[in-house]
Amino acid sequence: MALTIVALALMLLAALWTVLTRGLVRAALGLAATSVLLTAVMFIMGAGLAAVFELSVCAGLITVVFVSTIAMTQPSSKTELLAKTRHRLRRYWYLPVIIVAAGAAMAALSIAPSPAPPPAAVQDARQVLWTSRQTDLVGQAIVIFAGALGVIVLFKERKK
Amino acid sequence: MEALTIFKAYWICIVLVAIAGVYCLVMTRNFIRVLIGLELMTKAVTLLIIVAGLTSGRLALAQALVITLIVVEVVVISVAAGIVLSIFRLNDSLDIRKSRNLKG
Repeated sequence: MALTIVALALMLLAALWTVLTRGLVRAALGLAATSVLLTAVMFIMGAGLAAVFELSVCAGLITVVFVSTIAMTQPSSKTELLAKTRHRLRRYWYLPVIIVAAGAAMAALSIAPSPAPPPAAVQDARQVLWTSRQTDLVGQAIVIFAGALGVIVLFKERKK
Repeated sequence: MEALTIFKAYWICIVLVAIAGVYCLVMTRNFIRVLIGLELMTKAVTLLIIVAGLTSGRLALAQALVITLIVVEVVVISVAAGIVLSIFRLNDSLDIRKSRNLKG
């Protein structure tokens, strides 16, 4: 019990430091520390699988995304920005057509919902993840695809 | 008695972290800090779901929900970071007050 309260107090302190610190990189690191302490709390509560996800994805990947975004936001000239926008519009004119066609194709697909198992029977998180949820896993796959596109936008190289 | 005390500790922590996230969202004018505030609020929701699963005896379901929440969280942050970068390239600033392109 004392360990849980100490972990909760440290998590709260890390969250407050994230909000109150001045530098953006420090705030991102404070957020990572909050995630790590939340992971510790989740391990203490017995939610090991979710804790591993929290540690690897939230404390790792999201911190990398934040630090990269902070590093990449450097000022540039206005004419350069305008030229880049025009070039992007000329290069990717076909993307809206592809998106509309993909949306129409997905709307044409009919996904039948699966019958849910009785709620009290399942006690393993992996079993709940992969057997109790079929339809929404398709939605989750689409969300991950959208995230991959976001990462491509984030890390694509600038043309010289 | 001990269970009640620990539940109160969880609850106080959830509320305070959520308040810290809301404070960050409301008070800042920097796009990246807005995302950080959003992340803090998500941390509070994550802890709330796990506590709810623990108290109701459905920790497995709560973990499955938290994993889904983490996936959605990552996607939201990645796409939002891409949008913040695009806004920065357009306006040369991360200040919310200077982003008035969509103002009606």
